[in-house]
Amino acid sequence: MRIGKDLVAAAATPIVLGILAEGESYGYAILQRVAELSDGELAWSDGMLYPLLHRLERLGQVESSWVDAPSGRRRKHYRLSAAGEDAFAEQRRQWAVVTDTLRRVWTDRTQRGLALPDGAGA
Amino acid sequence: MSESAQLDQWRHYLASDPALAAADLDELESHLRDQIDDLESVGLSGDEAFLIAVRRLGRVDDLSREFAREHSDRLWKQLVLGSDASGAAPDRGVALAIAFAVLAAVLVKVPWLWAARPDLVQRNIPVLVLGVLAAYFLVRVRASRASVAFVALAFAGAAVLVNVYPFTPDAVTLVLTVLHLAVALWLVVGVAYTGGEWRSGRARMEFVRFTGEWVIYLTLIAIGGAVLTGLTVGVFTAIGVDAGRFVSDWLLPCGAAGAVVIAAWLVETKKSVIENMAPVLTAVFTPLFTAMLLAFIAAALVQAVGGGSVIDAQREVLIVFDAALVVVLGLLLYTLSARDASTRARWFDALQLVMIIAALVVDVVVLSAMVGRIGAFGASPNKVASLGLNLILLVNLAWAAWLQFGFLRGRLTHGVLERWQTGYVPVYLLWCVLAAVVVPPVFGFA
Repeated sequence: MRIGKDLVAAAATPIVLGILAEGESYGYAILQRVAELSDGELAWSDGMLYPLLHRLERLGQVESSWVDAPSGRRRKHYRLSAAGEDAFAEQRRQWAVVTDTLRRVWTDRTQRGLALPDGAGA
Repeated sequence: MSESAQLDQWRHYLASDPALAAADLDELESHLRDQIDDLESVGLSGDEAFLIAVRRLGRVDDLSREFAREHSDRLWKQLVLGSDASGAAPDRGVALAIAFAVLAAVLVKVPWLWAARPDLVQRNIPVLVLGVLAAYFLVRVRASRASVAFVALAFAGAAVLVNVYPFTPDAVTLVLTVLHLAVALWLVVGVAYTGGEWRSGRARMEFVRFTGEWVIYLTLIAIGGAVLTGLTVGVFTAIGVDAGRFVSDWLLPCGAAGAVVIAAWLVETKKSVIENMAPVLTAVFTPLFTAMLLAFIAAALVQAVGGGSVIDAQREVLIVFDAALVVVLGLLLYTLSARDASTRARWFDALQLVMIIAALVVDVVVLSAMVGRIGAFGASPNKVASLGLNLILLVNLAWAAWLQFGFLRGRLTHGVLERWQTGYVPVYLLWCVLAAVVVPPVFGFA
């Protein structure tokens, strides 16, 4: 299944904020976590994550610092700032409304779909 | 190829993208290395892992566009305040420039000390301001003793000359001497700028380029200065304080003197980073000036056919046409300055030939009218000065037209045109010195 570009773009910010809410992380690890959580269904070009992280940093929602990994590799780590926590909470509320609405629409339709043949038969 | 070499090559390729900073490349490289390690751990070869990792990063164009959207400021070169990563050297450059700008601003006020001799200000401004600029360059390029001595001697000579000559009050020759000395001293500044390598045609061309950009920067600073001046007067008028005197006695002279050095520093700081403006303006204005000259020739012909006199030979006329020749020469020079010596002729070069020939035709007509007038009414300092300049420019442009013709026919290389112009620079120096030194005594310092 391919998820549409617009939907991926809309979901990217809350997903990244959510992963960072679990704790400090870096680009490659964030992408791995996305793949793991979505069973590999939700994916975008790896490179696009970085401009997104930089935008969140500019907005003050994440903070970054260079960390030397035990392997000797330098990585830029990102963590949520206080403003980021707020943004994350706000995104979560908004997405909850969206997902709830979608679920209701679909269950409604399923029920009506089941009810219709009965009504027709009566 | 090893993994490191592949990564280096990839990095080198992306480094030319202005939207990607070095820190971004570090981050992306670290990502690639993680990805490659993981792919290799599941059994891929190094090459395969590299290819897949790079592919997953996304197309370079998309990546570049996304980074540019987030970091649009990076597409604008930030020079003065945002000189990044190059460390301490620019700061020293700023300090040096500011120090010399302040020096120029202070020195320019020194002649004001003799309140009874207002002419001292006029006499000494070019020597003082350009002297500071020359000193700035001598320090900046760490010039040899010989160049320091030569430049110092030239400025000392000019200072003596301009203060010793017994000009009568409101003398025309004083203005002429100061103007010609200013141009001559500007060329001496060129000696300082090139670190004494004034014999080399390339170094002279460097100074020509510098001059064009310097004029543009000075103009921009002057526009800013005009806004500052207007606001200063306006704001203080609101509380009943007259700032007019402060503006005319301090803000304007000191600001202008300082701007001379600051503009020079700006040109040097940005020259390798931003496209030079003078050649851009040249490209815009060459067709327009050509059209203007052709229209003038057509109009003069129509008048001549109608029986009117071709040129109403007034005194100012020749100066206007001197200015026209200077502009044509400038358009020629700054087109040359922006081109590689090995380039072939294009339509623009043909257009330039038309422009030069039109300028020559116009000038010959004006000149014949003026020579007749000088013969009838006698010479004056202004006439001699503008006539001399006119002849010098005429000779330059006539030969430049001939060379341009050869270049268009493919018989000459572009380098020959450039050498003619750079080789001609001493003629300007010679004429300016001559006009400054000889013309005043001939006309009794009037």
